[in-house]
Amino acid sequence: MKFNSPVETNLFDDAKIIGKPTQRVDGPLKVTGTAPYAYERNDAAPDALYGYPLGAAIGHGRITAMDAEAARNAPGVRAVVTTLDIDPLEKGMNNVARLFGGNEVQHYHQAIAVVVAETFEQARAAAARIDVTYEEGEAADLDLDAAFRRVEGSGEPDTLFGDVDAAFRDAAVVTDQMYHTPGESHTMMEPHASTVDWSDGGDMTVWTSNQMINWNHQSIATTFGIEPERIRVESPYVGGGFGAKLWLRADAVLAALGSRAAGVPVKLALPRPMVMNNTTHRSATVQRIRLAANPDGTLKGIWHEAAAYCLPGGRGENATAQTPIFYAGETRRVKNHVLDMPLPETADMRAPGEASGLMALEIAMDEMAEALEMDPVRFRIINDTQVNPSDPDIPFSDRHFVECLERGAEAFGWAERNTSAGGRRDGDWLIGHGVAGAYRGALVLPSGARAILDGGKLIIETDMTDIGTGSYTIIAQTAAETMGMSLDDVEMRMAHSAYPVSSGSGGQFGAPSSTSGVYAACMALREKIAGNLGLQDPTFADGNVVSGETRMSLSDINEEVSAEDAIEWGDFQDGYAMGTFGAHFVEVGVHAYTGETRVRRMLAVCDAGRILNPVTARSQVIGGMVMGVGAALSEDMALDRGRGFFANHDMASYEVAVHADIPDQQVIFLDTLDGVATPLKAKGVGELGLCGAAPAVANAMYNATGIRVRDYPLTMDKFIDQLPSI
Amino acid sequence: MSPPIGFTLRRRTLLAGTAAAALTHSMTRDASAQTAEAPQPVGPQTSTVTLVVNGTPREITVDNRVSLLDALREHLKLTGTKKGCDHGQCGACTCTVNGERINACLSLAVMHDGDEIETIEGIGQPDNMDPMQAAFVEQDGFQCGYCTPGQIQSARKVIEEIRAGIPSHVTGDLTAEIAMTDAEIRERMSGNICRCGAYANILSAITQVAEENA
Repeated sequence: MKFNSPVETNLFDDAKIIGKPTQRVDGPLKVTGTAPYAYERNDAAPDALYGYPLGAAIGHGRITAMDAEAARNAPGVRAVVTTLDIDPLEKGMNNVARLFGGNEVQHYHQAIAVVVAETFEQARAAAARIDVTYEEGEAADLDLDAAFRRVEGSGEPDTLFGDVDAAFRDAAVVTDQMYHTPGESHTMMEPHASTVDWSDGGDMTVWTSNQMINWNHQSIATTFGIEPERIRVESPYVGGGFGAKLWLRADAVLAALGSRAAGVPVKLALPRPMVMNNTTHRSATVQRIRLAANPDGTLKGIWHEAAAYCLPGGRGENATAQTPIFYAGETRRVKNHVLDMPLPETADMRAPGEASGLMALEIAMDEMAEALEMDPVRFRIINDTQVNPSDPDIPFSDRHFVECLERGAEAFGWAERNTSAGGRRDGDWLIGHGVAGAYRGALVLPSGARAILDGGKLIIETDMTDIGTGSYTIIAQTAAETMGMSLDDVEMRMAHSAYPVSSGSGGQFGAPSSTSGVYAACMALREKIAGNLGLQDPTFADGNVVSGETRMSLSDINEEVSAEDAIEWGDFQDGYAMGTFGAHFVEVGVHAYTGETRVRRMLAVCDAGRILNPVTARSQVIGGMVMGVGAALSEDMALDRGRGFFANHDMASYEVAVHADIPDQQVIFLDTLDGVATPLKAKGVGELGLCGAAPAVANAMYNATGIRVRDYPLTMDKFIDQLPSI
Repeated sequence: MSPPIGFTLRRRTLLAGTAAAALTHSMTRDASAQTAEAPQPVGPQTSTVTLVVNGTPREITVDNRVSLLDALREHLKLTGTKKGCDHGQCGACTCTVNGERINACLSLAVMHDGDEIETIEGIGQPDNMDPMQAAFVEQDGFQCGYCTPGQIQSARKVIEEIRAGIPSHVTGDLTAEIAMTDAEIRERMSGNICRCGAYANILSAITQVAEENA
């Protein structure tokens, strides 16, 4: 199905299942522990042996020798493969550092050996007995601040609109500040894990935990130089991803090498302390934001320059992603610098770009509102735009940012907020309120599916994954709605490389893309059924196909009918800016003596097109808000600048938000309709909840204390000396 | 796992004794540790224990190093109890031993001969869910599902612990009956991390069950 023009009315406007609160169809399996994750495939590979990895113990350099003799002779060991045993493997899609092979060490905990043994304990003990001799690389300057100062002002701007210098010279009010966001780790609950059967070095089966079946499938073929047809990839349950499982990683590669070497299926999970440095993370950023405003609050200039690090050839984190498009402004200059540093690999983490960019920009907006002596909600409303401000001929497909702010202010009781920074107290607690805008692009990708009608049952096959987002459920809803059947009639088969290629899960493109692909497949199935029955333009409702006087139950169609199709996105979408929008409101208490910050309540208002399932969508948004609290108050990858690795690489010292950190959360969906975006008029919402949540906390903290902290996370050591004297 | 970069023990910080000697040996990787002549363990390397799992005695012979978590997952194939960190930091492996919740990854199987272990599989099945499991589905108290069995194990025990008068960090009056407040539940659930951030919905599920059987 080609999506070649904005959709007007269609069957989703009269929906009975789509848009209705629906419990997860995979829920009973998950709450009873019966959903099999990648390391638990006793159903498929009951005799898998245990793989255990060894990670490099230097920041960068090379290995001059490895002695694995003791490991090979250790009890229960069936195979040891070291990185010196094989040539560097080809890199898969978007892998920057190689995953295995050769003597070069590009980052700490890069995989350098795998041990296969009869038990987990034997494999782990043997891996510890591999002796490695390193030659450390030259010390590198890992000071991102200093690196930013060196490159600041250099290079062609990524976006340049109008005479920025004149705007800042002539503006009534100018703000100019530096902001810092730290490296962040996805920290999904299930570590990267795979079970691989490559016992005979021929066909390979990979039971893995990955967000993107097709990318993973292609990357395995590239990495090992074998035909994709010989590889099968399954990932039916994924214990969280947040971007960490977009690409092929060392777990699958080591399990495959171990399987071939030992001649048996092998399962391997990255030990938790190895996840942070072995896999990818969100780069720290340094950002300088200058804003220029007219006395009426309209922005005269926006100047955003940022830097992030990555290994050579990587992408870092583009903290300026939202700046060309989010707010109106007469002039604009935007530049992101990606700086090479020999550190563990940086790549996408939930809302890559916007998450860290808004952490700075939304504080800057708060600071300008204050400088203008203007309500920060009002200031943002004044600077709304219905066109791309850097390319004014391009309108937004559908944008209700102002309504997000207004509805949020009303629901939150913004009028009763504390209006003098540091001026409201509740016992020992300083009380503050903050707001931040949210923006995240609304990307869509091609996505395919197969729909099969078999004896009154509707089977959907697609390689789409469900990483906790609710794909099983919303796709089943889409299929049932399109075919006029009930949810109980639908059987979902997903996340298998034998099924049609979908968008996969990432970048909040999964829900809008994959449901559109399933809609396309179901429409193709409808056409086929109509053709088989010789019916003209039949309708499908209540389990029947109806045309004129003919009415037939779909369960009475005896022979199996199958149709496959994919959604393809037309060029017309290039004529629009597509995005999702929101507003976050937060109340915090900051302890007047200790500086401990507690979030007291949170509200998010979201404009993300049609909400396909308010239950799963709300869970996505509150989950993003929780991640935002962590980003604001505690998450911080601690870089050892001398040695080039992240020291707090476990779940005790990299602190994500826990139950006690999270207060009452409210979510309001505007439930708008974006006919430019998809046939279902839906956009993604999974990353929007994170975007803007952290700066809303930061702004509330400033409002509580009168102390502006521009360096995340906002831990007490950064401002306790500025708290009012006791 | 490799030792941290450039890690060398400062001997003056070590206490004298066999524990210190063992640490020095393994962490500094001196020459003797690198030879193929590995030190041999003293005594038996395996033990036979009987775990009473979900009411059924299960005799297993395990490597003495096997955690209770791996005994359940790898030896008894009860994979509902999850391994999130293997270091007692995340709570995904929470299960019940003799009526109390513990992190199964922090306990060795050989310490549990004769103990009553309850895992998520013993609580309910997809077509016969326990009220807490049903409440988690109803309130959408999870997303990816990986921390969920541990959350449910903790959730059931939190209600019992509050009713038994066991105080927590946020309990105000230690002599009064402890109220089933949001703050009490959140505090007691804080050993179970949910990176998908379903905390608010988990709280709703626990509150619902607590009210249903008040």
